[in-house]
Amino acid sequence: MEKIFQRPHSLSDVVLSYCPGCTHGVVNRLIAEVVDEMDMEGRTIGIAPVGCSVTAYNFFEFDMQEAAHGRAPAVATGIKRVHPDNLVFTYQGDGDLAAIGTAETIHSAARAENISIIFINNTIYGMTGGQMAPTSLVNQVTQTTPYGRKVENQGYPVHVSEMISTIKGACYVERVSVDSVPNIRKTKAAIRKAFECQMQEKGFSLVEVLSTCPTNWGLSPVESLERIRKEMIPEFPLGVYKDLTDKGGVR
Amino acid sequence: MGNKVLMKGNEALAEAAIRCGCRFFFGYPITPQTELAAYMAKKMIKSGGTFLQAESEIAAINMVYGAAGAGARVMTSSSSPGISLKQEGISYIAGADLPCVIVNIVRGGPGLGGIQPAQSDYFQATKGGGHGDYHLLVYAPSSVQELADLISKAFDKADEYRMPAMIMGDGMLGQMMEPVEFKEPISPEDLPEKEWATTGTKMKRKKNIINSLYLTPEELEDLNIKRYQRYDVVKRNEVMCEEYLTGDADIIIAAYGTIARIAMSAVDMARQKGIKAGLIRPITLWPFPEEAFKKYADSAKCFLSVEMSMGQMVEDVRLAVNGKAPVYFYGRTGGMVPEQEEILAKIEEHANA
Repeated sequence: MEKIFQRPHSLSDVVLSYCPGCTHGVVNRLIAEVVDEMDMEGRTIGIAPVGCSVTAYNFFEFDMQEAAHGRAPAVATGIKRVHPDNLVFTYQGDGDLAAIGTAETIHSAARAENISIIFINNTIYGMTGGQMAPTSLVNQVTQTTPYGRKVENQGYPVHVSEMISTIKGACYVERVSVDSVPNIRKTKAAIRKAFECQMQEKGFSLVEVLSTCPTNWGLSPVESLERIRKEMIPEFPLGVYKDLTDKGGVR
Repeated sequence: MGNKVLMKGNEALAEAAIRCGCRFFFGYPITPQTELAAYMAKKMIKSGGTFLQAESEIAAINMVYGAAGAGARVMTSSSSPGISLKQEGISYIAGADLPCVIVNIVRGGPGLGGIQPAQSDYFQATKGGGHGDYHLLVYAPSSVQELADLISKAFDKADEYRMPAMIMGDGMLGQMMEPVEFKEPISPEDLPEKEWATTGTKMKRKKNIINSLYLTPEELEDLNIKRYQRYDVVKRNEVMCEEYLTGDADIIIAAYGTIARIAMSAVDMARQKGIKAGLIRPITLWPFPEEAFKKYADSAKCFLSVEMSMGQMVEDVRLAVNGKAPVYFYGRTGGMVPEQEEILAKIEEHANA
């Protein structure tokens, strides 16, 4: 019988460490599918962050480096400068990328560093047990905002795609979501576009993926997908924020 | 060997690094190591390498981590406050068993401190600096020639033992001009291949992982023990020091780097006055030349550690001498450099006590 669906070759045959219902696994799989389809497994080097995907180096079959909290874009820069022909991407959460690693994110974009960032925005610190993230919504209840995120105390969520799209060195920036099958397909297309942008040496690319955290949101997996649609997308609108891939890139 | 050229210490460091196959430099501006980065900016591109001014010392050391993990000969340089910022990355580099070279042109501290020469980062360099169980190879050159020689050794030994190496200098050594003779350049292609590096599997091998996370305590303990077994080999094989008139010495000065040269003059002055003084100059600060001190612990009447700090290396001298003779300390700090007369006065004070 013909196999019509299987684990991508780039995705390791291991149990992922994510909680049930978490959409990290979906995005991991999409990355592996794209790497396979582009026939890039042997030339890919990924960077795992600190956070729920800290052990992502176990989930992929290509070479991986684990980075200190927030430093993945700097680590990626070091790798890419040594191996400019390889596909180098970081996989980072919102605490990692938009709080402790804000400087590394902005400056890798400003340098037009020819790397790709897959940014998982689930508005919370997952690994440490559900603290407020830089992307937490106003009034969102977390372990460290037990009465909700209040503007007068913690201010507003950071809008990464909007911010990065203002930087000249950024070539392609898109915000997607994995709340539904059509959106998952769009997410895959965005990841592919980001990786192609890099392999065509057009410059920095970032794909922001709105993702779930059922455990720390205190919601079921289905309710979590609903929350993306009802609460997150209105605050973080989906779409292409910048695309200069057709104009020759930014390098 | 080439001809002798007159060069500043900081520039000689950069030239020697490029000549021994380093093609990647990531840094962030800070006084007094500026000339090193400026020289790299000029020469690295001509050598087909990468010079990158990062957004911070933190980013720079993490670029070093990435490039080292990717198999490159790579370095960064900074000065005390910047080296403090790099400590997180240095701990990760040590934890992931990556080779690289870090230059610290030490200035007075703590805090923002000053920009004049100091040796007050000795503890930070030799006792860890960042978190966790680890060591760096630490070299302390005392001349421009030695800067050039030791950076080449630092790269080779870092690769051999898969550990970060540090060159500890100070602003005086960095700014000083002296004649220096460089080795013939080697190409990065001539360096041994690093089979563990993330270069892309090319579908020919299993994946390589660069990592310092081990969530199983048994596994982490085991790795730390193995790393320390490697450090034992380093301690046996890589200690470097210079002895000067120690054979019959009643008083032995301990001094490294720039200050060792001033201390050497003070020893000569003491000898002229009939005091049997000698000098031990540690060239590696880690591993520390314990045996050199132990050897004279019974014959020497006392030891005197002279430093540009409030007393840091003196603790290692005391550990080596192990209570068999008094170990005194004389130091200037905050960017003050002791003069030979000051050191001579201390030698006389202790020798005649």
